[in-house]
Amino acid sequence: MTYLHNIGTYFLMIVEMFRKPTKWSVMRNLILKDIDDLIIGSLGIVAFLSFFVGGVVTIQTALNIDNPLIPKYLVGFATRQSIVLEFAPTFMSIIMAGKVGSFITSSIGSMRVTEQIDALEVMGINSLNYLVFPKLMAMLLYPFVISIAMFLGIIGGLVACVYGGFSTLTDYITGIQEGFISFHIIYAFIKTFVFAFILATIPSFHGFYMRGGALEVGKASTTSFVWTSVVIIVVNYFLTDMLLS
Amino acid sequence: MIEVKDIHKSFGDAHILKGISTTFETGKTNLIIGQSGSGKTVFLKCLLGLFEKDKGTISYDGNIYSELTDDQKRDLRADMGMVFQGSALFDSMTILENVMFPLRMFTNQPKSEMEERADFVLKRVNLVDAHNKYPAEASGGMQKRVAIARAIVNKPKFLFCDEPNSGLDPKTAIVIDNLIQEITDEYQITTVINSHDMNSVMEIGEKIVFLKDGLKAWEGSKETIFKTDNKVVTDFVYSSNLFKKVRKMYIEENQ
Repeated sequence: MTYLHNIGTYFLMIVEMFRKPTKWSVMRNLILKDIDDLIIGSLGIVAFLSFFVGGVVTIQTALNIDNPLIPKYLVGFATRQSIVLEFAPTFMSIIMAGKVGSFITSSIGSMRVTEQIDALEVMGINSLNYLVFPKLMAMLLYPFVISIAMFLGIIGGLVACVYGGFSTLTDYITGIQEGFISFHIIYAFIKTFVFAFILATIPSFHGFYMRGGALEVGKASTTSFVWTSVVIIVVNYFLTDMLLS
Repeated sequence: MIEVKDIHKSFGDAHILKGISTTFETGKTNLIIGQSGSGKTVFLKCLLGLFEKDKGTISYDGNIYSELTDDQKRDLRADMGMVFQGSALFDSMTILENVMFPLRMFTNQPKSEMEERADFVLKRVNLVDAHNKYPAEASGGMQKRVAIARAIVNKPKFLFCDEPNSGLDPKTAIVIDNLIQEITDEYQITTVINSHDMNSVMEIGEKIVFLKDGLKAWEGSKETIFKTDNKVVTDFVYSSNLFKKVRKMYIEENQ
């Protein structure tokens, strides 16, 4: 029953978020600040993780290909498919659920605990529009983060492949161009937009509707990470089934 | 003026407000007092519209809140200022930005005008060199002053304060109490203060509403609270020996 209540509240929150919009001059600054916090602030960790995971995927693939009949360019091909289809959009989003999601839940939750949200409500401001909408707008740039993850993942694979002596540069380049289907990129970005929505709204829900004190803010952040990850994984399954089957 | 008629509020099976009626007059500091759990905060949040009441009416200068359109409610809210117990200042903004916030949200003034007005109210609450500090860098008393400045910057008609001097030392608490009273007189606003601090009651209680178990048990002023024989009130107000002695002396002096 609690789950049903929470799901209903979540959808009502989304509807409410679009009502009584905040003045554009104020909203513009909020969006820019959230772009800085959520997008720009995530680039470092995304770049670092993508580069090294790309390298590891390449090494694992190369080490598991011991049949001389299998062409060497398959290493590049496998790396590209893994990075573009799953690692960058899905697993990077789960990592972002930890980084961006926890930040959103704890910042909104702290505002709830210290009555800052009540202060907004008393002034007649739609606090959901003021707090959640700019985060959703900022997350529209999330595909940009994922593009960087894709690019650096493939570059990381290239570096590991060439400098590790698993294949030549030419083979790797041939591999990443082999059997390229442009719809895979569209599929990856459709997923990314859906995950951006999930990453902005589920942590906001957990922060906005939390009750209690500082300890509960911590608990809400953990719960938010768990549910955001679960929803991303389930939605990923259905999107993959719908778009690629 | 705020008129409250037969307000009821429940949370599940818990009946918190059981039919409160009273009037809060313009230009006066109106105090709501009572023990913890008496329904003070719920009553204040109903007045603010943060809680939807179950029954009864609240009218602000003759306008019944539940009969207003959404736009009228929004306009009315712009006429309300609130000082929260924990100040509720926005952490990510400087003190000046906190005070300018209602102006940015509800007016189209140029930035220089907003800064001028914010500077004026900050001076009014005796804060001169704190404009660029963040709330975390300010003391409890300073935060309360900033909260008062933010509440009055947009010239509200109604000022609500929830335990405005909780957590403050007695001297600073009296400064804050006097500041609220001066502002109420100066701007002729309707001020409603939720408190259980007896110093505040004696200092600024021009009208006092005493709540017990969700009901109005007594109402009067700081003068009449000394004379009342209402046992529920005297048990609460004169629970300390100091206040018992003060009351005795007051009655003897005035006989």
